[in-house]
Amino acid sequence: MSAGKATWPDLFTSWRSRPLGEALALCRDLVEDCDFPTVEAWRERGGKVVGHFQVYFPEELAHAAGLLPVKVRGAALELRHADSHFGSYLCSILRSSLEVALSGRLKLDLFVTHPICDAARNLAGVWARSLPYPAQILYLPQNGGSPHASRWLREEYARLLGELEALSGRKVSDEDLRNSIAVFNENRRLMRELYEIRRETPWLLGVDECYALMAVGALIPREEHNAMLRGLLPLIRDREARRQDRVRVVLEGGFCEQPPLDLLQVLSRSCYVVDDDLLIGLRWITSDVPAGGDPLGALAESYLERSTYSPVQHDVRKPKERMLLERIRGARAEAAVIAAAKMCEPGLDEQVAYSRALDEAGIPYMVTEFEERMSGFDQLEIQLETFIESLLFD
Amino acid sequence: MDGQSELIGRGSREAARLIRGWFAEQDRAAAAGEPAAYVFVMGSIAEVLRSFGLHLVFPEIHALQTAVRHVAHDYLSVAEDYGYSPDICGYVKADVAVQLQDGRHPMGRIPKPALAVLTNACNTYLKWGEIWERMWHTPLVTIDIPGSREATRRDEPGSDGFERDRRYVEAQLRELIAACERITGRSFDEDRLREAMEYTNRMTAAWRRMLELNRARPAVFNALVDGTMYLGVMNALRGTASGATFFEDLVAELEYKADRGIGALPEEHWRLVFVGVPCYPIFRRFHELFADRGGVFVCSTYLWFASGGADLGPAYETDRPLESLSRGVLRDVRHAGDAMLFPDRHIVALLDGFGADGVVYHPIKSCRTVSTGLASSRKAVMAQRDVMALFIESDMMDRRVVSEAQLKNRVDAFFEGLHAKRVRSRAAAAAGAVA
Repeated sequence: MSAGKATWPDLFTSWRSRPLGEALALCRDLVEDCDFPTVEAWRERGGKVVGHFQVYFPEELAHAAGLLPVKVRGAALELRHADSHFGSYLCSILRSSLEVALSGRLKLDLFVTHPICDAARNLAGVWARSLPYPAQILYLPQNGGSPHASRWLREEYARLLGELEALSGRKVSDEDLRNSIAVFNENRRLMRELYEIRRETPWLLGVDECYALMAVGALIPREEHNAMLRGLLPLIRDREARRQDRVRVVLEGGFCEQPPLDLLQVLSRSCYVVDDDLLIGLRWITSDVPAGGDPLGALAESYLERSTYSPVQHDVRKPKERMLLERIRGARAEAAVIAAAKMCEPGLDEQVAYSRALDEAGIPYMVTEFEERMSGFDQLEIQLETFIESLLFD
Repeated sequence: MDGQSELIGRGSREAARLIRGWFAEQDRAAAAGEPAAYVFVMGSIAEVLRSFGLHLVFPEIHALQTAVRHVAHDYLSVAEDYGYSPDICGYVKADVAVQLQDGRHPMGRIPKPALAVLTNACNTYLKWGEIWERMWHTPLVTIDIPGSREATRRDEPGSDGFERDRRYVEAQLRELIAACERITGRSFDEDRLREAMEYTNRMTAAWRRMLELNRARPAVFNALVDGTMYLGVMNALRGTASGATFFEDLVAELEYKADRGIGALPEEHWRLVFVGVPCYPIFRRFHELFADRGGVFVCSTYLWFASGGADLGPAYETDRPLESLSRGVLRDVRHAGDAMLFPDRHIVALLDGFGADGVVYHPIKSCRTVSTGLASSRKAVMAQRDVMALFIESDMMDRRVVSEAQLKNRVDAFFEGLHAKRVRSRAAAAAGAVA
């Protein structure tokens, strides 16, 4: 990563030389640790941290500047500081994201939010009023069909890069950017391999396990994450697990606020979740960003042209219900779980379109809501079991 | 009627007449099958659309009419039965119900959309447009209007950053023009665009003057009630001769009142700033909770952002209309966004400039753009000024989350606090004078 990174030891090493099950448990522990120990370790070594709110952020830019990009994705913790900064009718992830910052658990040098929804676009203002470091909004095009969007986004990335350079005190060359793009291309390739395992041999890797493996990447330097995935992927493929007769489903609704890992475990026990949109920002770009030419331009173009979908991106060329049907068919799923975080307006809006499209396509589905801090899953389990049984005995 | 009685209240009467006429024209257009553009108040791009002779339909306006006329719950129920959650924007749901009922709403009927213009000033605009696309296969024209990136740093017009964003907006306006030509079969007429821009300039000049006139003591209009009526005209008739005439006449009326000390209330005891969106399900009653105590809203952030930033005044130079339009749209919509996302600095300026005694924050369930940051903004404002700030939550559409009794309790306590503060400050001033 940065010039200093090469001499620094890795931040997350406890998984090494452990059996797969233990390594996965350690990943889960790290993902659920609300004290962000790897980020703290990075800072103790003198590194600076850019926190970016969900969904997508061009992490390559921060990486090239020698900064640690950290995905701010909420946390399941008690709110002691953040609640008084918000009104009543809001999703949990906004509150808990501010909580981890105000409580000092997650220390940042810059916070970037995006107008992914009407609530999240407010975070730059809320952050700036409450915390001592800069906070800003990165606008990503909602007019993806315009031939001018890519050029404007390239310029916007150049603006952002200038600010990241100022924060790191380091000029970023095109070569630096290309190196970072190569690191992230590999990372996305490795995550695609995880999802391929989920699609082709879902008994080898549960959705909860896959999630933990993936989410670690948002907490450590991406080279480290690549090394970890390279080390664990062969163990997953060689895992001794029996194929079972389970329904294959796609889970939709985890693009921003994340369902608790326990909820994902409930799903794993009942069915094979063969694809999902969890932490979709990490996998937003669906094929390699071209390595040659203008790296900023390549990143901007990739955001628009080599990308998946989510309810928070408006692009008339990508009707989301059609994309969902493609995801379901691509994963050979028999059914879908259409979830939305409580009070998540884009997710709740999209549930209507998804439901209608699934009805028309004759694909069974279940609609539900979740919250990152929920702890009781009995009702969901009953709902899910009923749904699964209705599929098995239909 | 004598001259005075004819003049005073003319603005409100005329606003009601114009809005009724506007709805009637939409009704006629719907019956005749004439093309309409669906647009939103923040970035309607009315000037371009009018130059193509398109009717403008503002879903936000017909949606709020259902609440003002106390029938919103009927519309919300239709949309919720269709599948929409109780936790999303009430405007969207009311409009979904209107669409499902062949465009019928309490004031008539709206035409079907020939196209819709969406800006990114509000994410719900984008989701809303997608609903029409699914229902009617409506062509959507999206215009990215990048807002301020930070609370304390602005790219002012003329700066490199502003110019970069302006060029993007101009390119998208050209795409809108191409879409209008395709849809209407008419060629773009630059002179008609200039004419509409000139009318808008006259309207926004008067709008700015109107807002300034409320610095008078007593305030000459109530920003919550009268202001919202004027706001309807600003949006519905933007870029028209009748809109320009209305606001110029309104300024004459308000200047007359200011010169003679004629206030919006019989007795003005408290000057208040309103932050948020009105409580339309109990619109009149909400106003009375304050007016009965002599509280007048002298200004409102609503009149900034819901006018699309018209409070900045004239934006257009018509010699190079598209370049100028893009500059004006960017400047104004960005300002509207600032009024919602970064309002504290503006609110402090309002408190100082209008001699306000207190601030009323009214976040609503339906609109996260406006409401998400208000609790935090309130803390920031109170840290900068020794001012009473009331924070009351309800909704602009959904009466299920409007508790009038609770609101009244909170408002009563607020006025008691204001009174105690005034007594204390008078006592302190008297003690200082004696010393």
